[in-house]
Amino acid sequence: MSPINSPAELEEFRKGIRSQRDLNKPCITLCSGSACHATGSREVAASIEEEIKKQGLSAEVDVRKTGCHGFCERGPIIVIHPEEICYFQIKPEDVPEIVSRTIREKQVIERLLYTDPDTGAKIIHESEIPFYKNQERLVFGSNGSIDPKRIDDYLAIGGYAALAKALAGMTPVQVIEEVKKSNLRGRGGGGFPAGRKWEGSRNAPDEIKYVIVNADEGDPGAYMDRSLLEGNPHAVLEGLIIGAYAIGSHEGYVYVRQEYPLAVENVNIAIKQAEAYGLLGQNILGSGFDFTVKVHKGAGAFVSGESTALMTALEGRVGEPRPKYIRSNIKGLWGKPSVLNNVETWANVPLIINKGADWFTQFGTDGSKGTKIFSLVGKITNTGLVEVPMGMTLKDIIYDIGGGIPGGKKFKAVQTGGPSGGCLPEELLDLKVGFDELTRAGSMMGSGGMIVMDEDTCMVDVARYFIEFLTDESCGKCVPCREGLRQMLEKLTNITEGKGKEGDIELLEEISEVAKEASLCALGTSAPNPFLSTVRYFRDEYEAHIKEKRCPALSCKELISYHIDTAKCQACMICLRKCPADAVDGGKKKIHIIDQEKCTKCGTCFEVCPSRFNAVKKISGEAVPPPIPEEERMIIRKSKAQ
Amino acid sequence: MTEIRLQIDGKEVVAKEGMTVLEAAQSAGVPIPTLCHHEKLEPYGGCRLCIVELEFRDWTRRVVSCVYPVEENLVVRTRSEKIDKIRKMILELLLAHAPDSPELRDLAQVYGADRNRFEKEASFCIHCGLCVRYCDEVKKKNAVGFVDRGIRKEISFIPEIASKECWNCKECFPLCPTEALQAAYLLTQSLTSHPPSLEPPSDK
Repeated sequence: MSPINSPAELEEFRKGIRSQRDLNKPCITLCSGSACHATGSREVAASIEEEIKKQGLSAEVDVRKTGCHGFCERGPIIVIHPEEICYFQIKPEDVPEIVSRTIREKQVIERLLYTDPDTGAKIIHESEIPFYKNQERLVFGSNGSIDPKRIDDYLAIGGYAALAKALAGMTPVQVIEEVKKSNLRGRGGGGFPAGRKWEGSRNAPDEIKYVIVNADEGDPGAYMDRSLLEGNPHAVLEGLIIGAYAIGSHEGYVYVRQEYPLAVENVNIAIKQAEAYGLLGQNILGSGFDFTVKVHKGAGAFVSGESTALMTALEGRVGEPRPKYIRSNIKGLWGKPSVLNNVETWANVPLIINKGADWFTQFGTDGSKGTKIFSLVGKITNTGLVEVPMGMTLKDIIYDIGGGIPGGKKFKAVQTGGPSGGCLPEELLDLKVGFDELTRAGSMMGSGGMIVMDEDTCMVDVARYFIEFLTDESCGKCVPCREGLRQMLEKLTNITEGKGKEGDIELLEEISEVAKEASLCALGTSAPNPFLSTVRYFRDEYEAHIKEKRCPALSCKELISYHIDTAKCQACMICLRKCPADAVDGGKKKIHIIDQEKCTKCGTCFEVCPSRFNAVKKISGEAVPPPIPEEERMIIRKSKAQ
Repeated sequence: MTEIRLQIDGKEVVAKEGMTVLEAAQSAGVPIPTLCHHEKLEPYGGCRLCIVELEFRDWTRRVVSCVYPVEENLVVRTRSEKIDKIRKMILELLLAHAPDSPELRDLAQVYGADRNRFEKEASFCIHCGLCVRYCDEVKKKNAVGFVDRGIRKEISFIPEIASKECWNCKECFPLCPTEALQAAYLLTQSLTSHPPSLEPPSDK
């Protein structure tokens, strides 16, 4: 392939790709991201290929392995074009039927369709399923229609047109003005206006400047950047090249976790292909602009997602944040002006350049424009990646898109913003998601983690969990973060174990204040948030743990007990057999008793006791009733006694 | 070099461009407590004890003075209720590790820090990094470094380098605000004193 030399040649080339594609030719797309692989999409892919060959359809059917479609709860997902028939939770054994019935005979297989849980109706098309219908998938939507390993797929959907437009028709300053006008704010956590960051770098006097993609996503349960980089790496690259052109940079880096092998693979392939097409390298699209990109694999430290720590790590040193009060867009990587934006931020750039800031700003709120991809996980029916316009309420995301809480449980809190975000209670479900709105409520946007919790979740334990994560991930350089978190973790652990003391809450608040004020980087200054937000909205739970040694959610192991209600026990022996600690005493027709000394509180008895008996009880903050006297333990059934 | 005028605790101070607020304060005789600062070393910003308040027209901002550069007309306050509270907490957190460090105990008196506030975890090292950075920046030997991160982070001598370089140097010992460094060194020494190749160099 010889490089494409001008925007006109690019359009010619694009026309060529499109003309070779018959839109009426059957095409099976299968989600093939990391999350999809986890649900078995690789095996499904193999059987699709095999089956198509077997049925002699290789020439008549296209198969496309795409990135993540977002609805991971129901993966692996197949969409059959041109009818756009959508099948969920496909197993290899479903494939022969799909090929012979849907591809050959054009029939829909009912059992593989999505069933609307409210109406029971079967839904054929992706766009009609509530999970997708209520989203606005500007950035993430292309994931489902392209093979990330084939640049032609990206070109076919209009890829690199924004780059051509910027290089041929806009000055760098015009590009920056457009991005500023769009009010695109950093999707990685801070929410800093991207255009202003770029402008600072552009105006810095240095000759050498850098642009960097932050793909060091590390929040527990978050995988939107991963899925975007895996599923649509060219969108990120295109944004990066446009940014480089705007600030006058000729060298860029993609800093990606090495724990994301598929993202590393796909972005490397994308770079090679873009180079071959003349979209990267010397004289891009004949414009005279040169730009190269290298991929750097991060060694797995959460703190390296912090911009200055990331740059330090890129320089080959230990990824610790820098103490200096100088913005890295002025003095960053190797002391040069460096614009670092997160994966999703870069992926928004081609859209803004293509369609204009006025189009972009019609989505969102006053302070937060465009859309945001959230990783919707936890106690939620539709786990997955969702992209919504800024300003959608938490309730709409959790209930309309997420399908609410499974198992008839009650909603308790939603944690947003990653480990150093905060937990928001039911009263705030009408909150509109946006950078400033979430911060005001004591949480943050972060990179877009959204963990839903139900009534069985103990909020003290949640705070303890996130503080433990942050304690583990703190780099240890500054005292308020390293030592403050150590003490906070100890106090929170004590509280969840029933060893909390009067004054612990106040002490935790005092440490939090110092960590927030005096820590070196954003990891430390935001680290107290899990505690501060839970104590703000769920203080009564803290008090119950400390004063009554009671866990209201019946979750903290040290504070709960299991016992068997003697009036309900039918001596069925199920819990007795399943107990891994041999803590259940009893026998046939002999009412069971849990030996509190032996019980490890694993909860197995509670789970296996048949619901028609409901004899195993879980309690907290009260004494276990004394076991019934030995002589009353035999059950005499009337039928047998007669 | 341009002169920069600023105010520290009500005192007019003239500093040189590129100086930090801490250096300006020290040159004017205004004390600011530090633990990880050393004039021969790059500012580290680790202990956060030198935190000060900057006053602007209608707001204040807290920064650590060892890295914040002087600016014209800056108004700096080195003590306030909030600053003292932060310093007290930092000292209390560190005293859990090095309860007998004279430097910490003196500072604890000034800021009313309770050395028994937190349960003792006497690891002695307070991670000021003076030894590590001195060996790197001044001696250029890197015989001592940090290993691991967060609360598991500790100083450690690298036996291969330490056995060659440290015998005649030991310049980091007096820098240590606690006894931790010497202890770590003695440990390394005890671990490496047997192999003949690690014997001290003989005077030839």
